[in-house]
Amino acid sequence: MSFLEYRIKTAPTGLRKVLYVNWALVLLLTAVAAIGWLMLYSVAGGNIETWAEPQMKRYAGGIVVMMIIAFVPIWFWRNMSAIAYGVALLLLVAVEFFGHVGMGAQRWINLGFIMLQPSELMKIALVMFLAAYYDWLDIRKTSHPLWVLIPVIAILIPTALVLVQPDLGTAILLLAGGAVVMFCAGVSWIYFAVVIAAGGGLVATVLASRGTSWQLLHDYQFRRIDTFLDPTADPLGAGYNIIQAQIALGSGGWTGKGFMQGTQSRLNFLPEKHTDFIFTTLAEEFGFIGGISLLILYAAIIAFCVISALQNKDRFSSLLILGVAANFFFYFAVNMAMVMGLAPVVGVPLPLVSYGGSAMLVLLAAFGLVQSAHVHRLR
Amino acid sequence: MRRTQKDTEESARVISRRGLFLGGTMVSFAALLAGRMRYLQVEEADQFRLLAEENRINIRLIPPNRGLIHDRNGRLIAGNEQNYRVVITREDAGDLEAVLERLSTLIPLSQEDIDRTIREAKRRSGFVPLIVAERLTWDQLSKIALNSPVLPGVSPEVGLSRVYPMDTDFAHVVGYVGPVSEKDLEAQENPDPLLQIPKFQIGKIGVERWTEDILRGSAGAKRIEVNAVGRVMRELDRQEGEPGDDIRLTIDAGVQNFAQVRLGEESAAVVVMDVETGDIIAIASAPSFDPNMFVRGISHTEYAELTENDHRPLANKTVQGAYPPGSTFKMITALAALETGTVTGQTGVRCPGYLEVGDRRFHCWKRSGHGTVALERALSESCDVYFYDVALKVGIDKIAEIGRLFGLGERPDLPMSAITDGVMPSKAWKQERYKQEWRIGDTVNASIGQGYVLTSPLQLAVMTARLATGRAVKPRLIHMVGNETVPVEPAPSLGLSAENLRAVQQGMFAVVNDSRGTAKSSQIVEKAWLMAGKTGTSQVRNITAAERARGVISNDQLPWNRRDHALFVCYAPYDKPKYAVAVVVEHGGGGSTAAAPIGRDVILRCLAGEMPPLSAYPASQRGRIETQLKAMPLRDPETGAPSQSRA
Repeated sequence: MSFLEYRIKTAPTGLRKVLYVNWALVLLLTAVAAIGWLMLYSVAGGNIETWAEPQMKRYAGGIVVMMIIAFVPIWFWRNMSAIAYGVALLLLVAVEFFGHVGMGAQRWINLGFIMLQPSELMKIALVMFLAAYYDWLDIRKTSHPLWVLIPVIAILIPTALVLVQPDLGTAILLLAGGAVVMFCAGVSWIYFAVVIAAGGGLVATVLASRGTSWQLLHDYQFRRIDTFLDPTADPLGAGYNIIQAQIALGSGGWTGKGFMQGTQSRLNFLPEKHTDFIFTTLAEEFGFIGGISLLILYAAIIAFCVISALQNKDRFSSLLILGVAANFFFYFAVNMAMVMGLAPVVGVPLPLVSYGGSAMLVLLAAFGLVQSAHVHRLR
Repeated sequence: MRRTQKDTEESARVISRRGLFLGGTMVSFAALLAGRMRYLQVEEADQFRLLAEENRINIRLIPPNRGLIHDRNGRLIAGNEQNYRVVITREDAGDLEAVLERLSTLIPLSQEDIDRTIREAKRRSGFVPLIVAERLTWDQLSKIALNSPVLPGVSPEVGLSRVYPMDTDFAHVVGYVGPVSEKDLEAQENPDPLLQIPKFQIGKIGVERWTEDILRGSAGAKRIEVNAVGRVMRELDRQEGEPGDDIRLTIDAGVQNFAQVRLGEESAAVVVMDVETGDIIAIASAPSFDPNMFVRGISHTEYAELTENDHRPLANKTVQGAYPPGSTFKMITALAALETGTVTGQTGVRCPGYLEVGDRRFHCWKRSGHGTVALERALSESCDVYFYDVALKVGIDKIAEIGRLFGLGERPDLPMSAITDGVMPSKAWKQERYKQEWRIGDTVNASIGQGYVLTSPLQLAVMTARLATGRAVKPRLIHMVGNETVPVEPAPSLGLSAENLRAVQQGMFAVVNDSRGTAKSSQIVEKAWLMAGKTGTSQVRNITAAERARGVISNDQLPWNRRDHALFVCYAPYDKPKYAVAVVVEHGGGGSTAAAPIGRDVILRCLAGEMPPLSAYPASQRGRIETQLKAMPLRDPETGAPSQSRA
């Protein structure tokens, strides 16, 4: 089904679009963001200006961007997919040469008004590109090896670029995000089985390369793996973050220690408490009740997206929504698994809650696309 | 490109199927996260709560106040003084160097102090307060407080530190405190956690060390909340410790001061004992030192001055010094002879000025000889030949037995450091110690307290007290602990015949009161306080045959460290003994001239309870004694300050 088949008159026009926006999804996103503001206020020691206020302003800006994108017809975005992918790829290359170095990796590029991580942008651009590709591709060729090779290359180029930054976490998320779109488009199970098996082999090889002349990862990355497997081996060094995060989480109990009463975060035992580890403060101060509430909100956002995707008869729209939803899922799932000691420490923020403008802006723009697909769906 | 209806439906079906699968996977993973969250926050919550508490709560010990040490009348010997010090906190100071520079214009700070503080600051976290200077005066503290606006990070503090108001008087008895050393920690199996507190001070020597358990008290504790880098956020609660118990010594500070001053610049020791209770009333070793120097931190030059002094101010000669007792030992030899029935008090021995034993000739100190002497004259004129003779008859082992009965060769049990056992030689002892046979000449030497016999002044005081009472009096130093008086154990009888003891006591009386007695010039004429005693002069060198041929050189012509030791033991009143005194003046010359006058002055000071009254001295000596007593720089009993003269 191509855009020519859209019966334009069935799609809402002008301000009527406001009525067709998925307001429940906006409400859920705002609820999650509000939890973020509360926690940023708390970890700043009751100071709104430190983190909470700028975060609110960014969220407001992000919502405006989301609405603008939502009001633009989805077929325009479909036509922009290849261009978006190309621009994101150029930025990724540019960051190699002009990027700012932060935390031992080259990740940031200054666009004048905002410091942007092109890898974040690429997550969305890749989903758009793949959705558009499968919308264009003859459905019977989906599992043909040649037609599988093209999206695989489209995924691997940016993944490789991100990997050399080096940013292993984002590289894996890019790979996973792309794979989800291919999976939903109907690429044969066999490919995935082969890739997973090969992946397992690769992991084994990487681990075996440690200490040899052809070592495949940086030492700090190996150390993160060690720490993940046994945080108590180095409680004051590499394992410190994980141990302290779990202590904060666990000591929260059912109902938590109370707002602004978290000893672990207030006394600075928690690392990165306003960014990657912000969930531990929530869990410490509001306990299991608080943690599970945020998880339910996230699950609800995913559910709304999946339902919206299944209702949408447009192939591009469906794949785009599922791709965005999967990316969103990877964010919070990896972050939470990390702070709970189920995954190694990788620099992945808690979406909409962690302090930071770039990731949130890109995420809200992606939800703008989801809204656009929702507003302009076939009825 | 248009798609067929069939393709479109097929596409929608695939996406639905795979989308649902994807959604299901995501929800499952969310459920897994929820499960993990439940495990950590519900099942393991208690354990993590504990860990969080351990993280944030530190327990800090509060050092207890150290017990005070008083004399028997409650005068302070060792106290705790408020110590004003100034600390600096780097993070509040900003430019540490500039602030220290400014501070040095207000209080005396050496460049060394400044450098040390800066070095220390670099090693520690910025919030740790560092001590810049201690023992400031109130004026200096006020100056700092006044200038606090230009001294960021500088704050005054008050701590307690040990102080010895009677400085030199009690240096050897009470000792001093100092910081805990590695060795102190190793010496204990289960060290008190208090010892780990930086700058905590424990007793190093003397009473401070040997009653450490009583004085220290037990630690209090406070629970504080700290953040991840150890900064103290607030105090949660505190439990005060138990301060250490105060101690009252048996010593009378007035007598002690008198004794210390009386010894003056001599290298000497004096011990005063209560013959009934064994209470040590004074125990002074000269020259002394100021223990406050050790608490403050002694400089290299000060320490070198103490160690290089040939009068050895650091040594506590009263208990550490082992001297040949010389003639003061003769009572033991006499008692051995009397107890075995070898002689009676009336048995006479002829003294031609020497005694020949085998091919050796042992001289009496009086070359012309004493003629025939019995016990009383033998003691009062200190005839050596009499004792050579009776000792050869009873043998060394009997003498050693009596000696030990009087506490010689045995370590007195007192809370003081490095107490010597002395030596009371016997045949078995020499065999064990030197793997040699005991020789007859050894007995001859031992009979007059030379040769192998070694005693400390304390042992001589104990011996004298036992001679005076016939009871096994034991020395004691601790009078009270807290509010409890330490009970005095009644001393058991030595089991000697009263008649024999009487004979020896009469001899000792004659030493001081007979016109020919060696200590005649140190007589007490006050009838209620008549004194008995014995002089001693012990050689520290062998007199060679060549020297003897030239005639024995008088002490005055010898270098100081080769002169004889002067000794004197005494007790008084003679008919109702109260105090026993032992005096040793190292290289002082003759016991009658160097030691006996000291013994008399000190025992009179005890008996009078104040400055010795002139009426107790023989009339001919009063003028000299008056001048001498007035010139003594005694401590004012009220203020504790030493005065230059008592006008």
